[in-house]
Amino acid sequence: MIDPAFYVIQFLNGLASASNLFLIACGLTIIFGVTRIVNFAHGSFYMLGAYFAFTLTATIMPALGDALGFWLAIPVAAVGVGLFAVLMELLLLRRIYRSHELFQLLATFGVVLIVQDLVPAIWGPEELFGPRAPGFTSFVVILGFRFPEYQLVLIAAGPLVLGGLWLLFNRTRWGTLVRAATQDREMVGALGVNQSVLFTGVLFLGGALAGLAGALQMPVEPANPFMDINIIAEAFVVTVIGGMGNVLGAFLAALIIAQLQAFGILVFPEITLVLPFLVMALVLVVRPWGLLGTPEPMTGHGFAGDRPLKPLGRRAQLGLAALVAVLLLLPLGLGDYTEKLVLEVFVFALFAFSLNFIMGAGGMVSFGHAAYFGLGAYGAALAVKHLDFAMEPALLAAPLAAGAGALLFGWFVVRLSGVYLAMLTLAFAQIAWSTAFQWVELTGGDNGMIGIWPSAWASDVTVYYYLSLILCGAAIAFLWRASYAPFGYTLRAGRDSPLRCDAIGINLKRHQWLGFALAGTCAGLAGGVFVFSKGNVDPGALSIPTSVDALVMVLLGGIQTLTGPLLGAAAFHLLEAYILPLTDYWRAIVGLIIVVLVIAFPQGLAGFLRERLAGEESR
Amino acid sequence: MTVLDVSGLRKAFGGLTAVDEVSFGVEAGQLFAIIGPNGAGKTTCFNMVGGQLRPDRGSVRLAGRDITGEAPRRIWRLGVGRTFQVAATFGSMTVAENVQMAFLSHHGRLRALLPSARRLYREQALAVLERVGMAGQAERQCGLLAYGDIKRVELAIALAHQPKLLLMDEPTAGMAPRERIELMALTAGIVRESGISVLFTEHDMDVVFAHADRLLVLDRGRQVATGTPAEVRDDAEVQRIYLGGAGAEAAARQIEARAGEQLPGERAEGEAR
Ligand SMILES: Nc1ncnc2c1ncn2[C@@H]1O[C@H](COP(=O)(O)OP(=O)(O)OP(=O)(O)O)[C@@H](O)[C@H]1O
Ligand SMILES: [Mg+2]
Repeated sequence: MIDPAFYVIQFLNGLASASNLFLIACGLTIIFGVTRIVNFAHGSFYMLGAYFAFTLTATIMPALGDALGFWLAIPVAAVGVGLFAVLMELLLLRRIYRSHELFQLLATFGVVLIVQDLVPAIWGPEELFGPRAPGFTSFVVILGFRFPEYQLVLIAAGPLVLGGLWLLFNRTRWGTLVRAATQDREMVGALGVNQSVLFTGVLFLGGALAGLAGALQMPVEPANPFMDINIIAEAFVVTVIGGMGNVLGAFLAALIIAQLQAFGILVFPEITLVLPFLVMALVLVVRPWGLLGTPEPMTGHGFAGDRPLKPLGRRAQLGLAALVAVLLLLPLGLGDYTEKLVLEVFVFALFAFSLNFIMGAGGMVSFGHAAYFGLGAYGAALAVKHLDFAMEPALLAAPLAAGAGALLFGWFVVRLSGVYLAMLTLAFAQIAWSTAFQWVELTGGDNGMIGIWPSAWASDVTVYYYLSLILCGAAIAFLWRASYAPFGYTLRAGRDSPLRCDAIGINLKRHQWLGFALAGTCAGLAGGVFVFSKGNVDPGALSIPTSVDALVMVLLGGIQTLTGPLLGAAAFHLLEAYILPLTDYWRAIVGLIIVVLVIAFPQGLAGFLRERLAGEESR
Repeated sequence: MTVLDVSGLRKAFGGLTAVDEVSFGVEAGQLFAIIGPNGAGKTTCFNMVGGQLRPDRGSVRLAGRDITGEAPRRIWRLGVGRTFQVAATFGSMTVAENVQMAFLSHHGRLRALLPSARRLYREQALAVLERVGMAGQAERQCGLLAYGDIKRVELAIALAHQPKLLLMDEPTAGMAPRERIELMALTAGIVRESGISVLFTEHDMDVVFAHADRLLVLDRGRQVATGTPAEVRDDAEVQRIYLGGAGAEAAARQIEARAGEQLPGERAEGEAR
């Protein structure tokens, strides 16, 4: 039997990690409360805090002595990260406060990608072990167990910061303003000039808190280039469970999540990665705005500059026919490598098109569309590996598996809207990813599964090229048609005005659910086709970066047109194929592309072309 | 026949009682107005009748059937169309498509995946748009119209399934004075010719007293008076808290203007029979 005292120790460990989570999540939630931006880059702030602290301690500890040097380096690192956040506010966020939440989420993710390449470029790819905290290097004995003193420092940090924030928000003019702005959106507009000062200040505060969390973590965990992604998903979970914008809620949620993990690991070590997301999904179903959050008004989620859907004109029809002819003839002039590349463009075109079916038309911003692509890929691979399916039935299993997953997840997802919906899709994708990653016996874990090849008749690249063209092309044509059909219009109606839908008898949630499932099914088909072209699958297929790739394709091509996602998929995939091997900074390049698109070309390639064409015609 | 029967309706938001014990009935073919100062609880009343809000207490009956707390889409199916204080239309669709959506929903075609939505129920949509004077702009994008025109589109959407009852929360808010009078005259015309009942609210006393058959006055959630325009005008409490000054003048003007006509309430009832 386990010593009961061990549970006490585990509880204390839980408190220490709750502090860490809270320090990150409170900044995230404060920034969201005032600016309404969900800041993906908050994980980057955390990571930078650790790296800054590492460099600072290395320089000032020798100069000022260990104790003073260390305890000075921590706050200075926090301030440094705060200043980085201010820079981001001035250069980027300031331009997108009025943009659609999709653009805001993506723009901050662009910063994540840039920082991810900057950090190894500056500090190298290795883990960096910082010094231990002077004065707290030893153990205390609690109920016979040795417990690191520094953990006690961390345990104290959370409540101390909570208290400090309480004083700030209740005892200072600036803090009162922040609180008022969080509670009353109208007020922020009425602030006028003060608004930018307020927003910049909030970014500084939030950034510094995340930096503090990262700096304080240095003696416990080496600084490494994966800290950002590992922490951001959990920080999202904590803010969403607590109620976005609510600091006390974040504190409670951090406690709940950290303790569940501390004890969950004893009972079900396999589900530790999934656990926070499961809790979040459950909380959102019962309380769609989190434990202490306040409901958002029911508004549409249309994009600025949305226009009526027009049937293809004569010119576009000719263009389309020409494109199909070229695609049919292409294998005559291409080698295997390029054929494979183009075949993958079909796959990603379907993936992006299916995403845009729910996002562009339906206004449901999915940050986890890779879940359905991956479910399709894994569905096919598992069918081959564990059920001895041939390619043909496995290609049927792919969309079915993804469709079933989308039906299940979608039921929860459509109960929310806006950023909450985006967060929940992300959570579900993480659940799928964690399952693929941790359920090693079934999925092969991190290594995935290999040797999933087409049937003999389709094993020639050219044959598989045509098969992909037919499957993906048919699915795209079907979704295209559905966009013009009453079902597509119903999704658009829900995007424009849920209130009006309800008042003309439309059961919006039901239609959004079906739309979500349909898009998931099509993404699953893309995943299935993909698996047989690659011959293998790994958890990368379900990961956040894959979801973001799809979003970038849609954004690059243009959300408001049907051709956009197709163009975007082609452009993005070809860019990736030709540029990725040449550079160590591919992620930073993608990040920059995102930022430039969001700020300068929110209408995307297709939108840009459409405007040029319209301009010519009117001349 | 009583189309809408509301009794003892109540709704509180936190400590604030927005609507308190409100009861009234709307007869077939009647134009029934709820008036009251800002924050009186008019929109809250509409939302409880339309299903957007669930009442804390009281009941709403539509043609004898209890619809208290039903979802808006159910209430719509039972024959209630509505417009909102801030117009709710599909901004990215054309005017015609906005109305076609209502027809698609009415005929249960929303889940069709193959036919082209633009072609379905187009004639019917154009006919409704004709009645509100918007047929000429059927191909324009709804979100880009002048606000007054958006309100007309909203009216057309609400009329599409030939409702028994129309709920209009400030149908002329945000319009120029001339437009207001036109739109209300148009609505009144449609109502008289098709025999539907209307529950509406309006800040413009000229509009109210020119068209309403019966009035209900709300003040801070409380039902202050109910009756014909003349009765309400003469009510001492209404005079004190609400109508004073310009409001009273408008009431007198409009009631005089209508004195020559038949009493509208009686005429409407006569037609409905
Ligand atoms: N969802 C809500 N939550 C909290 N309070 C509300 C809510 N809706 C309305 N109220 C309050 O209830 C009261 C009545 O509001 P309501 O919108 O019904 O008034 P109204 O008569 O329509 O006013 P107006 O003429 O300005 O449209 C107001 O004090 C308002 O602030
Ligand atoms: Mg109102």
